[in-house]
Amino acid sequence: MAIFNLNVNGKKTQVDLDPATPVLWVLRDHLNLVGTKYGCGIAQCGACTIHLDGVATRSCLLPVAAVGNKAITTIEGLSENGDHPVQKAWLEHDVPQCGYCQAGQIMTAVAFLKNNPHPSDEEIETAMNGNLCRCGTYLRIRAAVKTASKS
Amino acid sequence: MTLVKTFNGRRSFLKATALAGGGMMIGFSWLPSCQSDSNADLTLPKEWFDLNGFLKIGDNGLITIMSPNPEGGQNVKTSMPMIVAEELDVDWEKVVVEQAPLDTKLYTRQFIGGSQAIRQGWHGLRMAGATARHMLKQAAAQAWQVPETEITTAEGVLLHEKSGRSAGYGEMAAAAARIPVPKEVPLKDTKEFKLVGTSRKNVDGKKIVTGQALFGMDYHRPGMLIAMIVHPPAFGMKLKSFDDQSARKMPGIRDIFTIKALQDEYERQYFDTCTFTDLVAVVGETTWEVLNAKKALVVEWELFTAYTESKLTPGGKQTVRFPAGLENSSEHILQMEKEAAKPGKVRRKDGEPEAVFKLPARVIERTYTAPFLAHNCMEPMNFFAHVTADKAELAGPLQKPEYTEKTLSARLGLPLEKIDIQMTRLGGGYGRRSYAHWLVEAALISQKMNAPVKLIYTREDDMTSGIYRPAYHAHYRAALDAENNLIAFQVKAGGIPESPLYADRFPAGAVDHYLAEDWAIESNITVGSFRAPRSNFMAVAEQSFLDEVAEAAGKDPIEFRLELLKKAKNHPVGKNNDYDPDRYAGVLELLKEKSNWEEEIPGIYRGVSAYFCHNSYVAQVLDLVMEQGKPKVAKVTCVVDCGIVVNPDAARNLTEGAIVDGIGNAMYGSMTFRQGEPEMNNFDKYRLIRMEEAPGAIDVHFVKSDIDPTGLGEPAFPPVFGALANALYKATGKRHYHQPFIGNGLAG
Repeated sequence: MAIFNLNVNGKKTQVDLDPATPVLWVLRDHLNLVGTKYGCGIAQCGACTIHLDGVATRSCLLPVAAVGNKAITTIEGLSENGDHPVQKAWLEHDVPQCGYCQAGQIMTAVAFLKNNPHPSDEEIETAMNGNLCRCGTYLRIRAAVKTASKS
Repeated sequence: MTLVKTFNGRRSFLKATALAGGGMMIGFSWLPSCQSDSNADLTLPKEWFDLNGFLKIGDNGLITIMSPNPEGGQNVKTSMPMIVAEELDVDWEKVVVEQAPLDTKLYTRQFIGGSQAIRQGWHGLRMAGATARHMLKQAAAQAWQVPETEITTAEGVLLHEKSGRSAGYGEMAAAAARIPVPKEVPLKDTKEFKLVGTSRKNVDGKKIVTGQALFGMDYHRPGMLIAMIVHPPAFGMKLKSFDDQSARKMPGIRDIFTIKALQDEYERQYFDTCTFTDLVAVVGETTWEVLNAKKALVVEWELFTAYTESKLTPGGKQTVRFPAGLENSSEHILQMEKEAAKPGKVRRKDGEPEAVFKLPARVIERTYTAPFLAHNCMEPMNFFAHVTADKAELAGPLQKPEYTEKTLSARLGLPLEKIDIQMTRLGGGYGRRSYAHWLVEAALISQKMNAPVKLIYTREDDMTSGIYRPAYHAHYRAALDAENNLIAFQVKAGGIPESPLYADRFPAGAVDHYLAEDWAIESNITVGSFRAPRSNFMAVAEQSFLDEVAEAAGKDPIEFRLELLKKAKNHPVGKNNDYDPDRYAGVLELLKEKSNWEEEIPGIYRGVSAYFCHNSYVAQVLDLVMEQGKPKVAKVTCVVDCGIVVNPDAARNLTEGAIVDGIGNAMYGSMTFRQGEPEMNNFDKYRLIRMEEAPGAIDVHFVKSDIDPTGLGEPAFPPVFGALANALYKATGKRHYHQPFIGNGLAG
């Protein structure tokens, strides 16, 4: 067990736990931030995507000890009222079906658009290819990322 | 306007005041997030009035509509309340939607599956709205002392034109709740619909994009423990013993013990498939701690001997035998080939097919196979349970709560009224969450721990615990006469452990000499419904085969099908043909137009397919292009006839998803076994379709219809397998007979 001082969604918080604990479970079990989802546990599906200093990161394999001073942003901290341009684009295109993978999709899209605000269709596909959606909402995700890139 | 009798004497339509004090509206708001967010800005009323089990009206005119069925991404939580709101005649912007709990006294058929939610709910939902509207009108008529027939409604307002009086529903709600429920109510003419048929956003949309707690995985209770199970690594094995000496001492671990999900003597219901009955349960404080202890457990397994299970199915009592042994996919192929060479069970015979196949004619003969498939819902199986001596509280994602409640009642020895099941949003279902053994497991673990518990399956537990789509095999023969007419057609289909055959489907009814046979091979690998069961294989086999027969006959594949459908209409052969030739032809005719079928574009390779299942008709043209020697789906044009479409944009979304999912499963989907062990246990080995592989565009068209809604969750899924196979042939010159198309079929 060890104490970690984390910066999650702009708030400083302290946790005392096994240093190997993945950030996914720190968020879900210790901080009650359940928007970040468990899908595979091996960084293959993208449902657990968070931002570490703005960089899209798979939280299911990231030990809390590796976070250091980096700021963690989760879907809950993306915007005050769900009005981030990417969230708005998601609503405009009514993307979700079951919705389980969508927080991870949005987090991937936000980090991607920050570095590449006006991507081509191919760049969108490459950036989003790591996030699985069994419902098959890929076309709407593509369209929503495109819309967000224009806003 | 249609007059309909109010519903079956169900309590949901009985006198509203009887419900008002009964607390039915209390207790299901286990999470504020169960309420829709679309109208979060509206002020809550001081008082709610229950008009019936489906809706309540606030004194300020705010309407709450209950969504009775579980939501798994098919949009029922938006679409079903829309139907109530239509007949109630209210402004959708003033509607709040809530997920109803399981309550078999209030609601009928509270489950999802078979693309039936809207179809079966249609009448009752309309009546719920119409009944309440009628009671509001009566309340206004009494208050204003005018004939009820002179009162009209619009967007939640009652109006008496002659006197110029008007009142919002909220003002009349208290009085309406005291009006006796009418014996008959008029329903709107579907032509008068203002809301149904317009696109409305997902009521949970904002909650989803802001990551609020909606799913079973997200469920939390103070003091709640986390539990996981350990199940045998292979089919054919069972638990022998376990050593938890080190695991038990690990941090956060509360207990490790075995559970028996279902008792041996218990007579199973239809959805009681449970692959591994004896499990080791690990319970602790946090997920990470439990995961670590699970890995530290030393478990010994042993081979089981063959056993039988008796099961109550819709077709009566059925005995299923599970043979001993560790099965291999390579052997499955050989077994199926051997079985297919024997005569099958004749399920339908028209004319003299055997004799005709002996005549000098051109005979085309092909075999198709498909592997087992895992459902792979993005949210792994999970459930919350808190079982005490006298009651059981449960919450989580499941498709068939009505069935599961009975199973749990039998297992715990608790009467149904002591069991409370709350339905969370499902992170995907596709049939998998119909088999809720994990709910029973969660309850048994909670009972043993005497504490609230959330059971979580890891992805590996989820993918390797069975209940797969069966492996299938189909052999087809067709005979063409000298004029290229299809004179005989034969299908022999089978599977492990179930047959996929639908004997009365197209082209049955369109061919004079027709034979349908089937067979099945026992297995200890468990199976269950998977999006469009059986159709998800028969469509690809049949539609690929028809494409090849049309080609042999020198006919356009759409015209070839239309000719057959014309015959099925004008001179139907045999009995019980389970499709309507006009609606079938209708989707193909519209598809020709919408896809510009007759136009040939260089570099575009097109495949067509059409299928009828779950009461709806779907036809698709899939356009492939070759990019650096690899086929890529450029576009799918899809025509659907599913009757009235309630929420068109959501229906398009569902159809697009079915197409993407179908292409993915056709190309990559495969679960194989070596020595009984599933060879895929996570997404590094089990390939799901990704964005790059999804079509560039999907163009969905709905046939304009005033027929009551049929099904939509499944019908667009099966045909796309066939459209893809046929387009791949055009692009590569090679026919694809074995799924997954990317690999070598069953052997992976």
